[in-house]
Amino acid sequence: MAIHWFKYASPASFYGLAGRLAPWFAAAAAVATLVGLYIGLVLAPTDFQQGDSYRIIYIHVPAAWIGMFTYLVMAGWAAAGVVFNTRLSGMMVQALAPTGAMFTFVALWTGAFWGRPTWGAYWVWDARLTSTLILFFLYIGYIALRASIDDPRRADRAGAVLTLVGVVNIPIIYFSVKWWNTLHQGASVKPGSSSMATVMLAGMLVMAFAAWMYTIAVSLVRVRAIIVEREQHSAWVGELLDARAPDDAPGTSGGVAGSKGEKAR
Amino acid sequence: MNWSSFSDFLAMGGYAFFVWMSYGVTALLVVAEVAWVVRQRRQSLARARIQRNIREWSSP
Repeated sequence: MAIHWFKYASPASFYGLAGRLAPWFAAAAAVATLVGLYIGLVLAPTDFQQGDSYRIIYIHVPAAWIGMFTYLVMAGWAAAGVVFNTRLSGMMVQALAPTGAMFTFVALWTGAFWGRPTWGAYWVWDARLTSTLILFFLYIGYIALRASIDDPRRADRAGAVLTLVGVVNIPIIYFSVKWWNTLHQGASVKPGSSSMATVMLAGMLVMAFAAWMYTIAVSLVRVRAIIVEREQHSAWVGELLDARAPDDAPGTSGGVAGSKGEKAR
Repeated sequence: MNWSSFSDFLAMGGYAFFVWMSYGVTALLVVAEVAWVVRQRRQSLARARIQRNIREWSSP
């Protein structure tokens, strides 16, 4: 049992691991997006009730799932940060928030453009929609709170508390269509059963997988930037800068972050 | 294959505006986020280098 679980809790070692993993997750996201879009937009038949407006489902549902799931992951890191007081935890929470906010916004936006043709309104103050809007505000609140505190370790603490308090909203979103009489439809996909045609379900699941891989890839690259920023006075970042050619200045050419220059390390 | 022609695909059975507003804005946000995160990464290294140069030059 010689697994050093806390080895990667150190930002210095996680930096390298994240750099090695990010390109794989990015590639998985790209492939899954192409496959998912092909299934959803080309192969899948037109819905007999909603026509082709239903095709918004291929981004709406994955975005909503990942928006909620990312918040749970953030809360997990926040809890780990409070319990173990590790620096990496706060950095991970910080790295995940923008992508979670982005997907929650996408869920709201695509929901509006789906609601208009199906319900006749872009927005209604329905329990599902309102609780998802609150989730979006929680993400924005976290980002704003961080931005308002200069000391990163204090920002970690405050952000963790906010994240953990807000996690109560996730079951509210999830069960809102059950607890209240909502305009939003109930879950089409439940563990063990689904009320969708197989090809439609497949497209949606592939797109959800793509969104998940994308979130991991983007947050790994982002956490690397955060680590360098917050550890820039440490010896290992100095060695990292020595090992790299001095071409990191903004405006110079470069490929996808993480792929360039890593071999030199 | 669900479509008979490319214009048929673009028309989305009359729901083109709603479908393409959803897909378009999502694509835009994803591209913007990727560009932002790549820039963030490059800037973090550039800033660290500047900070280090300042430290080295200002030390006796």
